[in-house]
Formats: sequence, C-alpha cells, structure tokens
Amino acid sequence: MSIYINKDTKVIVQGITGSTALFHTKQMLEYGTKIVGGVTPGKGGTEVEGVPVFNTVEEAVKATGANVSVIYVPAPFAADAIMEATDAELDMTICITEHIPVIDMIKVKRYMEGKKTRLVGPNCPGVITADECKIGIMPGYIHTKGHVGVVSRSGTLTYEATHQLSQAGIGQTTAVGIGGDPVNGTNFIDVLKEFNEDPETYAVVMIGEIGGTAEEEAAEWVKANMTKPVVGFIGGQTAPPGKRMGHAGAIISGGKGTAAEKIKAMNAAGIEVADTPSVIGETLIKVIKEKGLYEKCKTH
Amino acid sequence: MNIHEYQGKQLLRDYGVAVSNGRVAFSPDEAVKAAKELSTEVVVVKAQIHAGGRGKAGGVKIAKNLDEVREYAKELLGKTLVTHQTGPEGKEVKRLLIEEGSDIKKEYYVGLVVDRATDRVTLMGSEEGGMDIEEVAEKTPEKIFKEVVDPVVGLTGFQARRMAFNMNIPTHLVNKAAKFMTGLYQVFIEKDASIVEINPLVVTGDDNVLALDAKFNFDDNALYRHKDIVELRDFEEEDPKEIEASKYDLSYISLDGNIGCMVNGAGLAMATMDTINYYGGTPANFLDVGGGATAEKVTEAFKIILSDEHVKGIFVNIFGGIMKCDVIAEGVIAAAKEVGLEVPLVVRLEGTNVDRGKALLNESGLNIIAADTMADGAQKIVELVG
Repeated sequence: MSIYINKDTKVIVQGITGSTALFHTKQMLEYGTKIVGGVTPGKGGTEVEGVPVFNTVEEAVKATGANVSVIYVPAPFAADAIMEATDAELDMTICITEHIPVIDMIKVKRYMEGKKTRLVGPNCPGVITADECKIGIMPGYIHTKGHVGVVSRSGTLTYEATHQLSQAGIGQTTAVGIGGDPVNGTNFIDVLKEFNEDPETYAVVMIGEIGGTAEEEAAEWVKANMTKPVVGFIGGQTAPPGKRMGHAGAIISGGKGTAAEKIKAMNAAGIEVADTPSVIGETLIKVIKEKGLYEKCKTH
Repeated sequence: MNIHEYQGKQLLRDYGVAVSNGRVAFSPDEAVKAAKELSTEVVVVKAQIHAGGRGKAGGVKIAKNLDEVREYAKELLGKTLVTHQTGPEGKEVKRLLIEEGSDIKKEYYVGLVVDRATDRVTLMGSEEGGMDIEEVAEKTPEKIFKEVVDPVVGLTGFQARRMAFNMNIPTHLVNKAAKFMTGLYQVFIEKDASIVEINPLVVTGDDNVLALDAKFNFDDNALYRHKDIVELRDFEEEDPKEIEASKYDLSYISLDGNIGCMVNGAGLAMATMDTINYYGGTPANFLDVGGGATAEKVTEAFKIILSDEHVKGIFVNIFGGIMKCDVIAEGVIAAAKEVGLEVPLVVRLEGTNVDRGKALLNESGLNIIAADTMADGAQKIVELVG
C-alpha cells in the first residue's frame, strides 16, 4: 500500500515538450511510471519519448484515462495549468513549477474549492511511491520500498532524509513534497491523515522549515489524532529574521515563524526533532526501536 | 522587493487613495524648492530608507519655515540612521520626502497581507496606530481586527465599513475610510504586493483620512508583469552581492560568517547553514542555485562567493534532483580556473548524475576535498577554516 499514487496511476505531463519536462519524463518512464500522455497547446497529435501529445488536458484525459497530472509549465502559465487539470476532474495534479505569483495561487485555491482535484505543490519535488510510481523531479534511486512515510516542504531535504533511510535499510511507502510556497495545495495535515490511515505506513518523517505556522498546526493534529510515531526536522534554525530564504514561504516576519517555535510545538506533540539534517535517519531509527517497530520497518 | 515611502505614496495617489502632498528631494536645494511648492507653512522632512522605525531614530523632522527645511535636509542627507530594522550598521540617507504638515487628530493602523492559514488576502486594522503593530498584536490582540477577502469579489464595501467602525473611525468619516481601504486593496492586487502597511493612517482636523506613511513589499515572482514597479527599485538600498546574484536568478543572502556556501534547494541551503553552525562554524551566506541552473550560473555563483573578502573556505553541498551534479561540477571547475581558488573547497555531491559529477571533479586537477555526507562536509570545512 501507499498513499496518493501507485503502480496503477496513469499520469499526463503538462508542458511535456519543454526541456526540463522532457528530461524528467524520460526519468519517470525509466522508473516505471505510467506516463500515458502529455499536453502542450499547439503540439497535439505529435509524440515525444513515445508518449502522445494533446492540445488540452481534457482531450488527454478522454483519450488515455489518466487520473493524475504533473505540471512543468513556466510560472506565468502554471496557475492556468492547475485550473485546467482541475477542470478535467483529475484526482490529483502535482505542480513542480516554482516562482508562481502568490496572487495567482490565491485565485487558484478559490477556483479549486469544492472541486474534486487535489493539488500538491507548487514549488515542490513531487510524489513518489517507491518501486511503483515516481511523479516529479526527485532522483529515483535513493528510494526503497518499505514502511516509512515522508512529508516535506523542501525538495532537497526530502532527498536527504530518504537517502539516509534507504542507506540504513529503512524503506518508504510514499514521499510527498508539499512545496515551499506560502499558498499551496496539500498541507502537512492532509498527508499525515493519509499516512495515519495507510496500513503499510508504520512511522512518518515530517520536514518543515521557517515561515508560517503549518508545522505548529500539524503538531496539534498529531497530538490529537496520530497513532503512529512521527519524527521531524526544521530547516532554518540559524536564519536571520526578515530575510526570505530561497522559498517564498521561508521567512521569519514579525517575530513569527521561527524554527524554535516550531520545534517547541512539535516536541510538545511527542514529535522527536533531529538536531541536524544528517541525523534525521538516526532519529527515526531510535524512535522506531523504542516503539518496537524497527524489525517491521527494516527492509534489508 | 521594497520601495521608498514617497514611491508608495505616489502609487496610492495613482489609485485615488488619499495621501498628503509631497515631493522627493536629493539635496538641500531641492528640499527647499519642494517646500516652496507645497501649500502648508509647516512641512515634514522625512528620511527615505528601506526600514521602519525612522521617527524614533531621528529621521523625521518638523520644519516651520524654509530655513529649517534647509537645516534639517543638510542634517539628514548623508546621515546614517540606525533603527530596529536596519541592523547595527544602519543605513545612509540619500533621499528625502518633503511633505505638507497635517493637523493630526488621531492615528490608526491599516495593513494588507497574504494570510497563509486561509490562503486569502487579509485586511488588518487597529485604532492603535503609529505604534509597532507586532507589539499591539502581542499585548492587546483584541484591538486588531481582520477581514478576510474573497478574491472573486475583492474587498467588499460592507467589510471596509465594518473595519472602519471596529477601528472607531468617527462615524462621519467611515465612508472616507472605507474608500481608502478598497483603494488600498485594489493597489495590492493589481500590483502584486505581498505586504502593504499604512502606519499611521490619520484622521485630520479638516476631516480627511490620509496615509501618513506607506510601506510596500512586492512579490518578486510577479515582477515580470510590473515593469513600472521594477523601475522603482533602489539598488543603493541593497547588498551589492545580492544584486549581482539576482541578475543570474540566484537566491543569495549575505551573512556575517566566513564559510561560503553553495547549495541547491532552499531547504537544503538553510539546513547547510544550520549544520555549519552546529559544528561551530559560521556561514558567510545563504545561496540556493536553484533547480534549473546552468554551468554558467554556477560559475557566477562561485564568483560571488569568492568576491566576499570574509570567505575563508567554501562548502558546496548538492543533492541533485532537477539539478544535475555534473552541471554543478562543470560550473565549479570553470569558476575555480577562471578566478583562481585560494581557499579550501569541500564538495559533497549526491543525486542525479552524481557519478559523472564526481568524475569531473576528480579529473579537474583542482584541490577539492570530497565529503560523503552533509555532516562530514560541514565538519571538514569548519576544521579547515579554523
């Protein structure tokens, strides 16, 4: 089992003819992801990497039965691409694109209200269910199949954590990058709920960073609802206030959104927080040993 | 991106939002000329820097005649103001706003922000104007009112009026205040602002509702569609290395330490700083080379790091996803060869095309210390820098 995506997920790539999209389409196909189509307006009827290209998402969905899309469309057009995926009633759309204006995302979120489609991202690495389906830009080889769920605001820190787990023989169910923007689709709580209900997931790694209060809200939810152990890490413990640290959402403003506040809230919810990113794996192993879950999680 | 108060007020004026009359001045002569053109006897001479707290730092003066205008302009231009937002080094005043004096009856606060909890723009208002609003939020949160705006219809009339009533704006001025707020919202949305703060908003003796200050911050990701806003950028207010980095779409922030960092991904870049600190070192910068960086961009990034004279060692920490390790390696090698590398360089590579990247570094003949993990790399560079 896994969350959100699996070996049966049928994926279309929005913006498939761009160079980044092409590179990653190839990588996703090599990983075994079922890429059934691509969309680039005006390039309908052509084919790239053996994948048929369509003019619209609607057309692509009708022809292929796709249920998920991944978006590599440039920022000025990405908000529109998310709405197109929503209109086509996909189960999920994963937006990799970074630098989407926040006012555009506010409108997108309003547009998606009450509609079926789940958005992951934007400005995220994507979602991967190890050995089954990779949607996004993460390097596939660092993931191994197993029982730990990973959710993170940062792409590269997700790789860091997953890599450590795999090297220590701890596989993963699904790793979800929720992205570093202030206004995004899926949040920590959405993903934690799914992991909590997934019978194959025994423990969760949650990686946050400075800015906003999503980690504090997630910690409260964990305290009240989570039946599985969660360990965490917060990036930006030494970030100066008032400076946007790369991600649009990573900023300490008005004394709010500090790493210290987040770590405090997480600890209060029983979430053990790693001191440095290099010991996220170790921290998880320590906790699952304490809970008697280590043998069940060990994959080789 | 930030702009100056006088630029923010011009923007408000363009949208029919009430502000005092004023002119920008770059010299005492210009200041006197500007004061002559205004209609009031009393004028305010205001230092223009990209930081709040100017009043407390002595950057705002009331002049009762033209001689005083000249005197204050001379005093302020070239002066370094230190406020709670400038850092201890302060900021040099190079521009002044010469503005008509107002007969202030009461000061209020109005602001617009993107609220991450609701994914909406939120209007905030308080009758505790002229003070540090964060302090008000801390001590008397019941005095701050919020209106969450539906993006489909924008800030509605009833919301703006409700805010004005909540703020205890005199009843006969509520409609003026509401018009002010709806205009403010329009600027915010149409210009892709991320924060607008009017602190204080004032009610005057002649029954006007005016912005006495205007603080704007714009969404960098939306600047591509606002050439008029980009033109307002004041490069003298920014760190030269950060300006250079922005030319290449690199996300760079100067810090106080001596270990230069080059990392891909904002999360990893922050975590790299944290790890260097954890092992007793201090980072000289935050640098995220981003996802789509080319070898040329990496070269420029490397040059910017090396242009910082405090840098005594460099740590390159890459976990390639969208970023390919061989591209990083090519860029590092090109930069090191071009500018010469006289400080220790520790490189940790992992992820997409890692083997090609490592091979390139090995074959380069450069003195590069390889690290297996982030912790290993951080420890090595901290030791080497000493």
